[in-house]
Amino acid sequence: MSHESRYLSQHELVARSQEVRKNLLLCAPALLVLFLAASGPLLVMLFYSFLEAGNYGGVKYQWSLDGWFNVFMVRDIFTDELGFADAHLSVFWRSIRLSIMTTVACLIIGFPTAYFIATRERKNRNFWLFLVTIPFWTNLLIRTFAIMELIRNNGLINNLLVGTGVIDEPIQMLYTDFAIMIGMTYVYLPLMILPLYASMEKLDFNLVEAAYDLYATRLRVLRRVIIPLIKPGIVAGSILVFIPSLGAFVTPRVLGGGKNLMLGNLIQLQFDQGQNWPLGAALSIALLIIVMTTLLVYVRYAQRSGERND
Amino acid sequence: MTDQVAITADGVSKIFGHGKDEVAALDNVSVEIRENEFFTLLGPSGCGKTTLLRLIAGFEHPSAGRILLHEEEISHLPPFKRPVNTVFQNYALFPHLTVAQNIGFGLAMQDKPQTEIDATVAEMLQLVQMESLRDRRTDQISGGQQQRVALARALAPHPRVLLLDEPLSALDYKLRKGMQIELKRLQLETGITFIFVTHDQEEALTMSDRLAVMNRGKILQVGSPSDIYDRPAERFVADFIGDTNFLTAELIESGPETSLLKLPSGKTLTSHPTDNDCGQIVNIAVRPEQATLTENLAEADLQGTVSNIMYSGTDSHFHIELSPDEEFVAKVQNSGANRRDWQIGQIVGIKFDPGAVQILRD
Repeated sequence: MSHESRYLSQHELVARSQEVRKNLLLCAPALLVLFLAASGPLLVMLFYSFLEAGNYGGVKYQWSLDGWFNVFMVRDIFTDELGFADAHLSVFWRSIRLSIMTTVACLIIGFPTAYFIATRERKNRNFWLFLVTIPFWTNLLIRTFAIMELIRNNGLINNLLVGTGVIDEPIQMLYTDFAIMIGMTYVYLPLMILPLYASMEKLDFNLVEAAYDLYATRLRVLRRVIIPLIKPGIVAGSILVFIPSLGAFVTPRVLGGGKNLMLGNLIQLQFDQGQNWPLGAALSIALLIIVMTTLLVYVRYAQRSGERND
Repeated sequence: MTDQVAITADGVSKIFGHGKDEVAALDNVSVEIRENEFFTLLGPSGCGKTTLLRLIAGFEHPSAGRILLHEEEISHLPPFKRPVNTVFQNYALFPHLTVAQNIGFGLAMQDKPQTEIDATVAEMLQLVQMESLRDRRTDQISGGQQQRVALARALAPHPRVLLLDEPLSALDYKLRKGMQIELKRLQLETGITFIFVTHDQEEALTMSDRLAVMNRGKILQVGSPSDIYDRPAERFVADFIGDTNFLTAELIESGPETSLLKLPSGKTLTSHPTDNDCGQIVNIAVRPEQATLTENLAEADLQGTVSNIMYSGTDSHFHIELSPDEEFVAKVQNSGANRRDWQIGQIVGIKFDPGAVQILRD
């Protein structure tokens, strides 16, 4: 008996270790891709940010903190005086400001849209969701040029407004922060609508009726019942819009016209004309830190609201 | 109970859909529900009872007709402007609020001072015996407890009328029996008019002061439970509530006090007055327990052959074949004086109790 059971347990052990090995083997391709595509380049960036800049781009393999130093400070080439890198800080500030504005704009437009879709008949919802996702099918650059066509001085909107006599002179919209915000709102709106819809779809509309029945006006139903219950969707959508906005490159490049830089453009500049790879690497890592911090706050927040929904 | 009217539905119709898909959920319904009464809307699913409730609550607006609360028209007021509260079928408790916050929600939305809210919430918690669970989340309490919270939440703002949309249907049998007694107690204690929607005829009979039987968007009959049970006006009402035997008879005389019927057997008997025309064949209904079996065929109203006997504890059901396609069921108490050991195949006489025969409206 005991011999047999020991044999069985040994057999089980062998089976289990085989199982573990098989799982690892199955995971290997994914882990490899993850390392090569994500962690690897990141480590290279981190490494480069602590090296000295090469004369014509590239890096010299010599330890230096200049890259990180140049993120925040600047040394005057003539007087050798130290000062804050105002240009960089203003780009940081513009990126954060525009990303927040974009997120808020997406929320304001996305909320009623998601509510509209979630309150349609079930069979018709997929059609509306399909419409929301259509822009994803087109190249980002083409979509951005389309926005450009709408808002430039001789574009559709200005021509319409001038033509109908609402304004005398075209409004300068293209190549402003406003243009960047409009562009990013358009591009990232589906990323807000989809998670909002997902949580609204789960919302029990009996609760809305119950609140309505208990003397809550429409605005109060929204504030006291709907918003608290779909908070996870609001948080997820906001993060999904805020993070790519912060690192946006194409939209600010095309619609900002090269003068209104955002972080993505500043980083690109360092690797291209600026020929300061360590600074570019340090800026990238700084962007990553901002994103990670935002994510951490989000995870905390989501955990807290998750606990309440257990 | 006073005779003052709380809710009046005056020729109310509700049509859903457009064109070809048009469905009349309510078809010209008029009813008066009195102050302080426990009024039940009873009917099968899809009969329009919930639609009528939702019209009173304000979630829907009538396509035609008016709804009045204490003689004041409320047909087009939004729900938050009506002093009427609802207990929902699935309770619809706010999952992000505690038990106490749920109960206080209506008062908070009326901008009542916090001290008043706290006092009313405490009073309501006591009323539904939930004091110990005031700070629980609503998903941490049982179905029966959620039911009590839903009741307390709807009662807290002291509505003029409380609407209950099949509130007991999600509870198991024992809990439901308990809550039936509880609801009745709450209605008596608070003195609020309760309008209760159910498809359970037994629930309707035991709890209501008056009830309305509905079918296909119409109210067929309104009356006290005993009115409805003993004097069903229509075949649907007689059939929906309790068991009934349907027979035909010829109406040979119709007076203001009584009417005279001639049964297929040739026997005549007197019954209540009716609007039906004389000389007509009318439908009549007889409850199984309102007939006795007898050996004396000459004295019996009908006669037939015992075809089946179903024993069910307190009583037995005798299936009696009157003709090849007509059957009569008589319910006889097993401990009663009328008990006989009838055998299958035996010919028996059926004698109706006085007042047992109900003439049904066409």
